[in-house]
Formats: sequence, structure tokens, C-alpha cells
Amino acid sequence: MNVTHSLAKSRKRQTIFAATVFLIPVFLFIAVYIVYPIFDSFSLSLNSWNGIDSAKKFIGFGNWITLMGDKVFWKAFSNNIIIMILSILIQLPIGMALAVLLDVGGRKLNFFKVMYFMPMLMSSVAIGFLFKYVYDPQFGFISAIIKLFNGSAMVDILGSTTLAIFAVVAVICWQFTPFYMVYFLAGLSSLPPEIYEAAIIDGATRGKYFWRVALPMLKGTVKSAIVLSLVGALKYFDLIWVMTEGGPSGSTELMATYMYKNAFQSMKMGYGATIASAMFIIITAISLLTIKGMNRKEEE
Amino acid sequence: MKNKITVTKIIIAIIALICVVVAAAPFYFMIISSFKEQFELLTTGIFAFPKGLFLDNYKAIVESNFYKYLFNSLFVVSVSLVLILMTASFAAYPFSRLKFKYNKPLFAIVVAAMAVPIHVTLIPLFQLTQSLHIYDTVWALIGPYVAFNIPISVFILTSFMADIPKELEEAAEIDGCGKFGTFFKILFPLSKPGLATLAIYNSVNMWNEFSFALVLTQTERSRTLPLSIWEYQGQYSANMPMIMTVLTLCAIPMIIAFIIGQDKLVKGMMAGAVKG
Repeated sequence: MNVTHSLAKSRKRQTIFAATVFLIPVFLFIAVYIVYPIFDSFSLSLNSWNGIDSAKKFIGFGNWITLMGDKVFWKAFSNNIIIMILSILIQLPIGMALAVLLDVGGRKLNFFKVMYFMPMLMSSVAIGFLFKYVYDPQFGFISAIIKLFNGSAMVDILGSTTLAIFAVVAVICWQFTPFYMVYFLAGLSSLPPEIYEAAIIDGATRGKYFWRVALPMLKGTVKSAIVLSLVGALKYFDLIWVMTEGGPSGSTELMATYMYKNAFQSMKMGYGATIASAMFIIITAISLLTIKGMNRKEEE
Repeated sequence: MKNKITVTKIIIAIIALICVVVAAAPFYFMIISSFKEQFELLTTGIFAFPKGLFLDNYKAIVESNFYKYLFNSLFVVSVSLVLILMTASFAAYPFSRLKFKYNKPLFAIVVAAMAVPIHVTLIPLFQLTQSLHIYDTVWALIGPYVAFNIPISVFILTSFMADIPKELEEAAEIDGCGKFGTFFKILFPLSKPGLATLAIYNSVNMWNEFSFALVLTQTERSRTLPLSIWEYQGQYSANMPMIMTVLTLCAIPMIIAFIIGQDKLVKGMMAGAVKG
């Protein structure tokens, strides 16, 4: 009795020892590169600092008060929201439609699948540069198309304060729709084929099967797709930085580009950290609220 | 009945083809432009096929310090990848196999780390790399790359290891294998397919990474390929074919990765998506 007891004890000790040793590296990385920076950002946001002086000036919530009244920040935030809404409205339905097509077509449509997937392979920077030329008023792709129809009209799409944001959204959709397509396709192909057969035997058409059976069964997948594109839209940076740097005159400014400009171009590190911390709060809050809201709807 | 051609089918086929054109046109534009001379583009129009196989753009890029950027990218991605695969499999073992009090809460912390936007860490890490005197070196990028790809990797690998049957381990334990022996001799080798998925998925992510590379490096001796596009843009601002050549060269490794590991890449993306 005593022997088994101490044996169990020593096994438990062994387990704890092994778990500790195996987990140390991961938590070391998370602590140094993720947790510490979050706290450091918040503490830096209470200072005024140009990144060079050795002394930071403590100013309490001064940066946060400035941020509350900062029109550019709120403009950036509203741009993020525009991108968020358009992303969800455009990417998810097209992604779903393509996924259904590929699911119905099966292996025959493999070529289409590969073609649709292509945009996912390029870096945002490359895509940004590529589309900058696509939109170029002089020798861009779009101008060439316009010229086919309408003589010599030249439109500087990325230079227009009204058009630029939509031009950018179009590129974002081009880049990310394939992702949702693959995501929904995985969901669709995980549905057991018996369900489809049963529905058809019961007299359902393909359309009815999709709307009444498949879509409700993919609710979870669609929900996480919404959360993903929501959070993704609040974090956009690379593509917009390459294409417009937030211009012309702030019409495509986003929270992330504004943060980068403040911290690394104007060297207002304290204020940059404030924007970064605000982004962190906004993203965490919006994603938690969405997840909670969607779960509540479920219960009703 | 199954193969009847209906109007709906034709419409669907047309839309599907339009989508192919939309997805592929920019690539077509990129690749054919890279074979054109700077002024050929203006005279023949952008849709035209290049007059001949004009390779001077490629020659110019390869003769510049392109290989330096390529080397930096390869170095950062491979060192980070080894670290990620090691630490992630270390962590996945206790999370999937060992019973201890803090298993669930610690795993929850790893999952929560997936949701942290990288922007909140940019300024602190900029300072950190400066005080460690690794700012503007390839070493500055490795830490953040590992840290930000590790949570998802642990997540994928933990569920992979959880599916490995337990009998083998029990047998090993009876034979006197300790926890460490069990991991190195049994679980780690059996996780190879999961590790391959992670390798491809993480490589594509890191190969294309931009924000950290922009903030933590400054000169060409430490910059990676995505940033090199920037440098060439400065150098050849009016020479579009040249830029398209750089873009094509940067995309080639990813297209190869896609051809080799199409399924693995998709699997990684799916698992990455579940985190939402």
C-alpha cells in the first residue's frame, strides 16, 4: 500500500518535472515577445518620448486624452470599419459560392481550384506593388481597359480621395476571398454525403439542399469566418502601406498605418504606443463581443 | 439526366471562368511584363505578348544584390522554422499527453496569444532589439517570427498528437522508458506528418512577412525579400518590367511550396482559421 502510494507520488513528480521542462521554451518566447511587449506598450503610452533621448517624460493619460480627440485616428478607425463591412459582404458570399461550385464539381474542377487559390501565395507587399501598377493611370491594367471603351480618359484611382479606399478594398477582396473559399470548401466536404442523398431522395433540389441543409450545418464555420475577417480587417497594414501609405490626404488611413507613422516616422513613440494599445483594446473587445453576441443568438 | 446541359449550367460556367480570369490576370500581367523591355510596354500595350524572350531584367536583378536578400530570407525562415518545430513539439507533448493541474489554463494562454495583434508589440520590440544590439540584423527577426508562429503551431500539433494511439507509449513505459524517452523515441517521430504541415504553412507565412521586417531592419545587409521589393522600387521607379521581374522571382519559391505541399498548406490554413 505504502509502496504503491509512493510510486504514484514519484510518477506524479516525474510528470510535473517533464511538463515543466517541455513547456519552458514556449512560454519563454510568449513571455518575451508577446506578453512583455503588451505591458510595455501600455506603460510607454503614459509617456512622451521621441525614441532617442534616454529620459522618457511621464505625462499620465495625456496621450490617451489626445487620442480621444484625434480626428485622424477616428477617421482611420472608421476606414477600418468600412473595410471590415465590405470585406464581410464581398469575400464571404463569393468565397461560399466558389466553394459550392468546387464542392459540386469535385475533382473535375481541380484546375479552377488551383487558379482560384493563386492569390493566397503572394505576399501582401508583392500584391500591393502589383496592383499599384494595375491601377496606374498611365500604363496600368485598369486604364487600358477604360481606354478600350473610352478613348483617352485617364483615371488616377489611387490618387482620388473618394475612389482610393474602394480600390484598396477590391485588392483586399482579391487577396482574401480564396482563403474563405478554401475554408468553406473544407466545411462543405466534411458534411457526410448521406445527408445530401437523403435530401435528394426527399425531393430537394441542389439549391434547396444548400439553403436548408448545408448552410445551417455550416453555421459554426461561417461564424468563425466572420470573426476572422472582422479581426483581420482591424489589423490591415502591409497592403495599404505599400499601395497608398494611408493617402491621399488620409482617405485610406488605418489604425495600423497611423500608428506606424507616429511611432517610426514622426518618432512620437509614446503616442504610437497609445494607438497600438488602443488597437489592442478595440480588437480584443470587438472579437469578444462578436463571439458572445453570436453565441447568445444561438441560444435564443 | 445528370449530364444535361442547361442554361443555368452555362451561366455558372461563364461566371466560373470570369473568376479564373480575375484571379489569374494580375499574374499574367506580372509574368509577361517581366519579359518586356521598359519601353516595349508603352508602345505595344500591356496585354500584348512580349516580342521575344527578353531576359535582361532577370539578368540585372540576379546580378544585383538579390542573392543577399534571398540569403537573408532563407536564413531567417530556416532558423525560425527549426526553433518553431522544436519548441512546438516540446509543448504539444505535455498538452496532449500529460495530466497535470495547470494543463488547461496554460493551453488557454497559448490559444489567447494567437489573437494578439502584432502591432501592439512593434514599438517595444523595436526598443528591445536596440538594447540587445541586434537591431538591423537577421537575428532581430527570428525571435518575433518564432513567438508569433508558435501558438498556432502548438495548437495544430497538440491536436495532431492527441490523435496518435496511446498503446505504443504504454508499451514503452512498461519497457522502462521515461517521459523524455517516450517523447523522443515515439511521439516525435510519429508526429512527422503534422510537423510537415507546420513547416510548409509557417514557411509561407514567414517568407511573406512584412511588418517586423520593416520595423526591425533597416539596411540591405539584413533585409528580407519582401523589403527588397521596396529597394528596387526606389532604384527602378519608372521601370515597371524590372519591378515585375522582382515580384516574379519572389513568388517562385511560394509557387514551388504550393506545388509540393498543396494539401499540407491548406490543412495548416484551416487549422489556423479555427483559432477564431
